[in-house]
Amino acid sequence: MPKLNLNRLPMPRQDPKARVRNFNEVALGYSAEQAQAEASRCIQCPKRPCTEGCPVEVDIPGFILAVREGNMPEAVKRLKDKNSLPGISGRVCPQETQCEAACTLAKKGAPIAIGRLERYVADWERANMQSASSLPAQPAPSGKRVAVVGSGPAGLTAAADLAKLGHSVTIFEALHVAGGVLMYGIPEFRLPKDIVQAEVDYVASLGVKVELDSVIGKLVTIDELLNNDYHAVFLGTGAGLPRFLNIPGENLNGIYSANEFLTRVNLMKAYRFPEYDTPVKVGRRVAVIGGGNVAMDSARCALRLGAEVVYIVYRRSEAEMPARREEAENAMEEGIQFKLLTNPKRMLGNEQNWVVGMECYKMELGEPDESGRSRPITKAGSEFIIDVDVVIVALGTRPNPLIAQTTEGLEITRWGTVVADEEMGKTVKDKVWAGGDIVTGAATVISAMGAGKRAAGDIDSYLRGQDT
Amino acid sequence: MYKILLRQDLVPNIHLFKIAAPAVAKKAQPGQFVIIRIDERGERFPLTIADWDKAEGSITIVFMEVGTTTHRLALLKAGDSIADFIGPLGLPTHIDKFGTVVCVAGGFAVATIMPIARAMRAKGNRVTSIMGARNKSLIFWEKELRRVSDQLIVTTDDGSYARKGLVTEPLKELLEGDGKVDRVIAIGPSIMMKFCSKTTEPFGVKTIVSLNPIMVDGTGMCGCCRVSVGGETKFACVDGPDFDGHQVDWDLLFARQRIYLNEEKRSFEQWQSQSGLFE
Repeated sequence: MPKLNLNRLPMPRQDPKARVRNFNEVALGYSAEQAQAEASRCIQCPKRPCTEGCPVEVDIPGFILAVREGNMPEAVKRLKDKNSLPGISGRVCPQETQCEAACTLAKKGAPIAIGRLERYVADWERANMQSASSLPAQPAPSGKRVAVVGSGPAGLTAAADLAKLGHSVTIFEALHVAGGVLMYGIPEFRLPKDIVQAEVDYVASLGVKVELDSVIGKLVTIDELLNNDYHAVFLGTGAGLPRFLNIPGENLNGIYSANEFLTRVNLMKAYRFPEYDTPVKVGRRVAVIGGGNVAMDSARCALRLGAEVVYIVYRRSEAEMPARREEAENAMEEGIQFKLLTNPKRMLGNEQNWVVGMECYKMELGEPDESGRSRPITKAGSEFIIDVDVVIVALGTRPNPLIAQTTEGLEITRWGTVVADEEMGKTVKDKVWAGGDIVTGAATVISAMGAGKRAAGDIDSYLRGQDT
Repeated sequence: MYKILLRQDLVPNIHLFKIAAPAVAKKAQPGQFVIIRIDERGERFPLTIADWDKAEGSITIVFMEVGTTTHRLALLKAGDSIADFIGPLGLPTHIDKFGTVVCVAGGFAVATIMPIARAMRAKGNRVTSIMGARNKSLIFWEKELRRVSDQLIVTTDDGSYARKGLVTEPLKELLEGDGKVDRVIAIGPSIMMKFCSKTTEPFGVKTIVSLNPIMVDGTGMCGCCRVSVGGETKFACVDGPDFDGHQVDWDLLFARQRIYLNEEKRSFEQWQSQSGLFE
């Protein structure tokens, strides 16, 4: 057995001092040499634990071997066989808890950098191949029509897989661009929008029709889709309804939901105001409430838009923060200040109704709660005030109730999520499947992709079963 | 892209567009709104639906030139297209047989009140409409509103046409008069809706207003349009836009409408200098 190479190659990144002044991508990607060197560390173990750790079951050893051998078209083919959105997942997937956690070399502390290699292959394809040349062979048309509601990671994946299986697929998207949270939520410096657009275009090139500006539930209901044109419906509408804190002063001017702040910046390009018409208030002192990836994204956007001080205010400690380690580190490196074990009590405003301060409690950690994390406990008499002029609330989201309100026969939980079979995504309503955040509540891009993929497989079996 | 089928200048700075949007027209109901984005650089902004034609597949909107976006929109003509037209959004106005309904419209909200007055009358209500404008040059659709109302009262702030005064004056007279008023619908500038609500409150007549906070997506996603009604935070885009005027926290609404005043000014100045239209 050859000696194990434990020299995991780091990702080249923009210097923190430079990158806080621009919206360009932070991670720069491997060079061909780096990719080949990293790929060569893979020992091609027969057990393939990485593939098992992947929600969409990518042939990871297969594409890595092709990279090592310098056969890039083959690497693209292997990767895209199971994953239609590799440029996206290669950037935003939490590989450290999935494929890379399962990697045999993880035991030695140096798992193969699967995510970085995935990104390298996706970027290589975009730079070097005509998109048509990576298209799978044209499938025989099944004659069945499927409506996919929502064009985020779950919807795009389900649509791509269904199209590859020969079904006629239409995606309905409420916003004016496709991509869902990949477009409005995740910032350019973490996931460039032209990459999302290229992967949306790839899905469209498989024959998927994309109808923008279509708010399902308002424009057309699910039952109308089923009664008129479609044999099955997949709901991938995500969790788009922002949560607020329900504390006094929360509606003061200058207090944003992370959804609003990020939508203004990413989707509406407020960072280019007044060239673009949508403005955003950045403020000098910004507090972002929450400890997840969306909180990190909001804080880092605020910094790039010129805020002088940006705080992350989180009620637990660093160990409990739900953000990816890498993103929290990037934020710290860029100068975001972390106010941990801190929880807002109320927002303070001036006469013009603008937020000027945030009164907070100090917290301490108690016994673990139902989430398994230590329960934060308010320290009596610990109140103190943070001076702020903009506050961004990033406490998670719930599914938008529009579809639940306008569709008979779905089962909805008290969190607003749609009840669906965990594996296949079948809802209790005939001909309707669901997957992604609409079922799980806010989670990750790749888990939504996995749900879309499994539901597509189940929808395919159902549609084919109808013929026999 | 959504094509402008017809343009009418109702008064010099208030325009009507009929826009081809067959799917929206099929579903539109009184009191609902659409979100419009003119082009790639445009912002998303809401406009109330003034009318619809299912057969033609069109939606009619009416808007006044105020800031950058509405001035940009006013440059378009029949045959041009706008990038995005999303709707019908929001909950429709509650139409029922109430008895006597007073519909009050301030400024260009005459366009918004039209389908509501029409639907109220079709439902068997006696409809009294009040329309008010700053001056004579801003009056439009008087005939049209009269046609769908049992009674119409017109006011101008400066007395240059019809009755001099604010819409709240005839509203108060109706409430004090012999005939019972069962419901009031007041739509127009926020300040006008507030004072209509204040006028009706002592009489205990339920008053519905159509709130117009700043919106981005219009589908419940961003929370920009949050308003406080009866002490609870609501999203005007999905919980409204219609609310009980007696329960609305008006000061909060006014404050939140002013969030981007500076930016709006800056954007408009830049647009004016670049467009060259104002030199």
